[in-house]
Amino acid sequence: MLWEAFKLALLSVRRNVLRSILTLLGIVIGVGAVIAMVTIGNGTTQRVTEDLSKLGSNLLIVQPGRNTFGPGGAGQENRSFDDRTLAKLRAELTGVRAIAPSATRAATLIYGALNFATTVTGTDSEFFAAQDWSFAQGRPFTDGEVKSGSAVCIIGKSVEDALFTPDSGLGKRMRVGTISCDVIGVLASKGQGAFGNDQDNTVVMPLRTYQRRLAGNTRIPTIYISAATAEDIPAVTASTEQILREVRRVGPDKDDTFTVRDMSQIISTMTSTSTLLTGLLSAVAGVSLLVGGIGIMNIMLVSVTERTREIGIRLAIGALERQVLTQFLVEALVLALLGGVIGIMLGLALAGAAGYFLAIPFAPSLSIIVLAFLFSGAIGLGFGFFPARRAARLDPIEALRHE
Amino acid sequence: MTKLQPFIAFEKVQKIYGEGAGRVKALAGVDLAIERGEFLAIMGPSGSGKSTAMNILGCLDKPTAGRYLFGGADVTALSRDQRALLRRNFLGFVFQGYNLLARTTAVENIELPLVYRGTPRHERHERAIEALRLVGLEGREHHTPAQLSGGQQQRVAIARAIVTDPLVLLADEPTGNLDTARSHEIMELLTRLNDERGLTIIMVTHEPDMAAFAHRTIRFLDGHIESEHRREAA
Repeated sequence: MLWEAFKLALLSVRRNVLRSILTLLGIVIGVGAVIAMVTIGNGTTQRVTEDLSKLGSNLLIVQPGRNTFGPGGAGQENRSFDDRTLAKLRAELTGVRAIAPSATRAATLIYGALNFATTVTGTDSEFFAAQDWSFAQGRPFTDGEVKSGSAVCIIGKSVEDALFTPDSGLGKRMRVGTISCDVIGVLASKGQGAFGNDQDNTVVMPLRTYQRRLAGNTRIPTIYISAATAEDIPAVTASTEQILREVRRVGPDKDDTFTVRDMSQIISTMTSTSTLLTGLLSAVAGVSLLVGGIGIMNIMLVSVTERTREIGIRLAIGALERQVLTQFLVEALVLALLGGVIGIMLGLALAGAAGYFLAIPFAPSLSIIVLAFLFSGAIGLGFGFFPARRAARLDPIEALRHE
Repeated sequence: MTKLQPFIAFEKVQKIYGEGAGRVKALAGVDLAIERGEFLAIMGPSGSGKSTAMNILGCLDKPTAGRYLFGGADVTALSRDQRALLRRNFLGFVFQGYNLLARTTAVENIELPLVYRGTPRHERHERAIEALRLVGLEGREHHTPAQLSGGQQQRVAIARAIVTDPLVLLADEPTGNLDTARSHEIMELLTRLNDERGLTIIMVTHEPDMAAFAHRTIRFLDGHIESEHRREAA
C-alpha cells in the first residue's frame, strides 16, 4: 500500500512537473541556503584551523595585558616581558618542546638596487622549533651569535625571491632598516597564513641584535611556548600563568597582567564571527522553509480539489480514510523530499563554486545533509497533513458528483 | 418465532435532508426486500428517492431512521470505515459516467479495489486480466479510458466492480451514456453475470427497455415505492 502510494505520488509529480517545481522553490532555496552556508562554514573553519596550525604545533602565545583582542589596561599593567621572565620560564617549565621570545616590527630591506618591505622578528634559536620552521638552506643562529648580538639574519622564501632571484640569498649581505647583516639561512616555504598574510615574507635575527640595533629597548612583547604534546597544554598553561604571576608580582586577589592563549581559543575567536553569520542565514533559511511548507500545503489543497472525483471513486470502491490520508501524505512527502534533494544539490554546488573562488576546501557535512533531507520530509508531512485529512474526510457521494 | 431473513432488507427506512423549513424527506419509510441472486431494477422520476435509496443500499450513506439489514446483519449504524470495508468486501459499483481513473490503464483501474484490499501484486494482476476477459476486453489491458469507447469503458468499470467477487453489484444508470446497441450489450453482460455467477444486481434506470432485463422492477415516487412489477418467468 505504501509502495502504491509512493508510485502514485511520483506519477502525480511527473504529471505536473512545472507546478511541482515552482511549488518546491521555497524548500529548495531554504535547504540550499542551509547546506551552502554550513558547507562553506565548515570549509572556512577547516582552512583557518589548518593555517593556524602552520604557526606551530601545540603552540601557546603569551602576551602582556589582559586580553589583547579587547581594550587592555594602560601603563604598568601592560609592560612587556624581559630576559629575566624568559630565563625563569625556561628554568621552571616542564612538558615543553621550545620556548621562544619574539619582538617584531616592519622594516625595509635593501639589496643592491632592490628594496622590499617586510617584518623583522627578533628571537633566538628555539623560535624555529616553536613555530615549526624548517630550513631550505643554511643554519639557525649559534648560541654565540645570540649572546653577542651578531649582525646575522635568516630570511623567508618570499624575501629571497624578491631580492636575490635567480641566486640564493645565502651568504649575501643586505640592509635591514638601518643595519646591515649577513644572511646565514633561508627558511622553507609555509605559504599563506590564517589572516591571508604571506608567512614567508619574514626576516629573523637574534633578539639582542634586534633590541639593540633596531628597537632600541629590551622589551619582549611575545613569548611562544610549544608544549611537548597536546595533552600537556593545560598543565603548561597553568604553570606558565603561575610563574608569570610570581615574576610580575601580581597579588593573589588581582587579575593576571598577561594572557596565555592556545590555538583553540584563537580558532574559536576567529570562527565566532562566522557563527553569527550562520545564525543570521539560518533565520533566512527558516523563513524560506516556512514559505516552502505553505506552498506545499497550497498545492496539495489544489490537488485535492482537482482530484475530488478520483477521491470519490477510491472511497466508493472501499478505500479507508486512513488509506486516502496516506496517499496524500506520501504525495506531500515525496514533493518535499524532492525539494530537499534539489536544495541539497544546489547548496553543495554553490558551496563548491564559492570554495573554488574563495580558495577554501569543500567540506560537506554528511550529518547536515541527512538532517536537511529529514527536515524537508518533516515539512512535507507537517504541511501536507491538513490537505490530506481534507481529502480523506470527503463525502464519497458529494465527491462522485463533483465535476 | 423465526422467519427466514431476506438477503437485503429495508425496514421503514427514512432519509431526511436539511432542517427546519428546508427539510426534504427523500425516503419516507420504505420497506424493501431483495433476494440473493435477484436482478432488481429501480425506476422513478428524478427526486423520487431512487438515488437516495441506492446510496443507502451501497453503504455510501446512512438512513435517518429505520433499519438496513445486509446478509442478516444490521448495518444501519456502521461507522464510515466499517461501511468502507463492507463496500470493499461485498459490493461493486458501476456508474453512469463510468468513473474510471483518467490516464490510468484498464488493468490498473481494475486492480484498484484489490490494491485497497492489500492483494499481492501478482494475484492482483491475474485477477484483473481474468475480469477483463470476462467482460470481453482481452487485449485492451494497457489502453487508457481516453483510448476506449464508451461501451468499452463501461465494461472496464464492470470488470472493476466484479474483480473482488462481490455479493452485490450496484449499477446507477449504467447505460445512461450509451446508444441502444451498446446498452443492450451491457445489459446482456449484466444478465450473464447474474445468471452464471449468481451475482445480485441492483440497477437504477429510467429506460423501460433496460428495466425489462431485470427479474423485478420497482418504481419510486415521492419517497415511496409506488409500484412493483415482476417479470414472468420465461
